[in-house]
Amino acid sequence: MYAFTYHKPTSARQAATLLLKKEDSKLIAGGHTLLPTMKQRLAAPSALIDLGACPDLKGIVRKGRNVVIGAMTTHAEVAASPEVQEAIPALAYLAGHIGDPHVRHRGTIGGSVANNDPAADYPSALLALGATVVTNKRKLLAEEFFTGLYETALEEGEIVTRVSFPVASRAGYAKFRNPASRYAMVGVFVAKRGGEVRVAVTGAGEGGVFRWPEAEAALKMRFAPKSLEGLKHTAEGINGDMHADPEYRAHLIGVMAKQAVAQAIGK
Amino acid sequence: MATVSMTVNGKPVTGNVEPRTLLVQFLRENLRLTGTHVGCDTSQCGACVVHVDGKAVKSCTTLAIACEGMAVTTIEGLAAGDTLHPMQEAFREHHGLQCGYCTPGMIMAAVDMVNRRGHVLDEKTIREDLDGNICRCTGYHNIVKAIAAGAEAMGKTGMPVRQAAE
Repeated sequence: MYAFTYHKPTSARQAATLLLKKEDSKLIAGGHTLLPTMKQRLAAPSALIDLGACPDLKGIVRKGRNVVIGAMTTHAEVAASPEVQEAIPALAYLAGHIGDPHVRHRGTIGGSVANNDPAADYPSALLALGATVVTNKRKLLAEEFFTGLYETALEEGEIVTRVSFPVASRAGYAKFRNPASRYAMVGVFVAKRGGEVRVAVTGAGEGGVFRWPEAEAALKMRFAPKSLEGLKHTAEGINGDMHADPEYRAHLIGVMAKQAVAQAIGK
Repeated sequence: MATVSMTVNGKPVTGNVEPRTLLVQFLRENLRLTGTHVGCDTSQCGACVVHVDGKAVKSCTTLAIACEGMAVTTIEGLAAGDTLHPMQEAFREHHGLQCGYCTPGMIMAAVDMVNRRGHVLDEKTIREDLDGNICRCTGYHNIVKAIAAGAEAMGKTGMPVRQAAE
């Protein structure tokens, strides 16, 4: 790791000011992506701004029909939260299956969505549940926020402050984990809210998280695993690497989608 | 250089570090607490697991300077003098190790598991919760047995959950 200066602001506002003032600076949340990347010298920021002492970025609250989670809330906190377990159990389940217990004690929802790793779990939940990403400047719908591989709509000096999830009537998440990294080889989040059904896929897309409209249409007719039978996702635009080729991942999308629906209806 | 102060195994410590100094480096090199190991250095193997403010974390992926004011417990902080902690004793009793390299991280992860889940742990839970700790010798079998026994023993000694290692 190359040397850098370290700053620990005590509010999101202070952090945003530092981010603009310090040249070549980066925010650090749980650090479980950034520090390994810096060790490999794939990133070498001149300054790190640690969000770990900003109380305004923490916490989980139920606000009417939404569950609002502060950006610095860890995966372990989301997984163990009675509010999340009650309102959107699939989201608590997802958070409880990121990485391993030690990683979940450090990793945060804000860090995960701002990084938009194509194999991260959270982006699929945000997209399927129709979540809103709140920054220090504005509010963005998940589909506006995630713009591509490791790319988001975040601008200079912009910080994710919280994520607001509308409560779904049914939701489920299933992932086929890479056994070493625990990242999703394929993860599928399904959510039903009123008459709308969304199916979001992570781990598979060349451009990051995406929706599967054919599965959404099929599930809108009847929200059951059976509705997805015979439905195949194309291998076009699907990632291939040493762990799985595009055809295999495309097949997994169908399998995981069915499992996610089964979880959503409690089967 | 910057100054960092924290509590390690109940004692206040202060040291000079670079911002890029990892918590594991600070523990091993500044404080000479070499019980905490570096295995993969990529936050996968769990040999470096310590508790920060009562929660198991990978000290190879935590900056020392970010732990300012926090309470850290390492494997050296578990035993009471010559008396092993019940989880350490269970690893000895059930031979939950071979080469021993992963053992400090395994034991810190095991105590964290008890803190989170209580004194009764079934095999499935233990195996799942060992996701973040890799052992290349034992095949995990005796580690799993040791953790179940250690968790129970922690209950019997009246060791309250959460306080056990802090």
